[in-house]
Amino acid sequence: MNNNKVNLTTASDKLSDYRQTLAQGVKASIPIAVGYIPIAITFGLVAKSSGIPDYIALLMSFIVFAGASQFVGVSLIALGTNPWEIVLTTFILNLRHFLMTASLAMRIDPSVSKAWRCLIAFGVTDETFSMASLQKDKLLSPFFIVALNMLAFLAWNTGTWAGIFLASGLPASLQASMGIALYAMFIGLLVPALKESRPVLLVVLMSIGINSALSWLPLSAGLSAGWRIILSTVLAALTAALIFPEGTGGLKDA
Amino acid sequence: MHKLLLIVVGMALVTYIPRLIPLLMLGDKKMPWFLSNFLQFVPYAVLGALIFPGVLSSTGDAASAMTGATVAALLALVRLNIMLVVLGGILGSFFWGVVF
Repeated sequence: MNNNKVNLTTASDKLSDYRQTLAQGVKASIPIAVGYIPIAITFGLVAKSSGIPDYIALLMSFIVFAGASQFVGVSLIALGTNPWEIVLTTFILNLRHFLMTASLAMRIDPSVSKAWRCLIAFGVTDETFSMASLQKDKLLSPFFIVALNMLAFLAWNTGTWAGIFLASGLPASLQASMGIALYAMFIGLLVPALKESRPVLLVVLMSIGINSALSWLPLSAGLSAGWRIILSTVLAALTAALIFPEGTGGLKDA
Repeated sequence: MHKLLLIVVGMALVTYIPRLIPLLMLGDKKMPWFLSNFLQFVPYAVLGALIFPGVLSSTGDAASAMTGATVAALLALVRLNIMLVVLGGILGSFFWGVVF
């Protein structure tokens, strides 16, 4: 009898733990969702105005779920680019996710099942990854990550619908300013960390410097944005790892 | 039409696979020290490269984009909530466009 009661309490404690973790994930996802909606609306508008069939744009948001790739995809489709080239460009643009999920893998308990990992992997974007990996906790609960990813996914898809069907909803001047939303979010994530850790400040300056050089020097003009981001990230993070064996300096046990 | 469907499915596969492989392969292994040190720096390095210089072409006008980005950075510096940072960025870039 007594034993049963104890088990019952732990079970309900566990349930409320899960609920709390889910709620934390949703809460952390709100700024991402807010950032995604205007971008997704823009994506819907761009797709529609490029003559992409509605179901193709909607399907893209539903199964690709990667902002940059989708914008590039739509523009390449509109230009009549060879399908293989479109897929290859998408692949290169998304190779950086390989680095991100490799980093995320260290923050997930080894006991987390393959099914959970497949689910987690689907929702990893620049934004959800940044938000998850800048959490203070050393180990991240799969519930937290999936809640975080799924709300972002919902916002992205809702925004795409809205963009397609509202078509010319926003005045052109405001539409252009929306493009800053995701960058403002990246800045909001990064700036507080820059204040806390000198190694982080240096790695960011290096990667910005390398990316600017690759973007503006004629020698590397042929590199796609995807390759530039991959190269800048790898070079800056490698250099930082060599200079600072102590890591990010106890900023977070990331 | 078929061709477009195949493109989207192909895009989905090459997006999902790099997201999935490390999560499946690296889960139960202890990572070498240097690699884990390297990966600690990756999120910050990615953010830096994602932000700049891409931000300059985000609104169609580099000056309005830099205004928005500066407002966002200042708001983030005083640790305002990230939603306010995003709103401030949008408004900053919008008002630059209105004023100039």
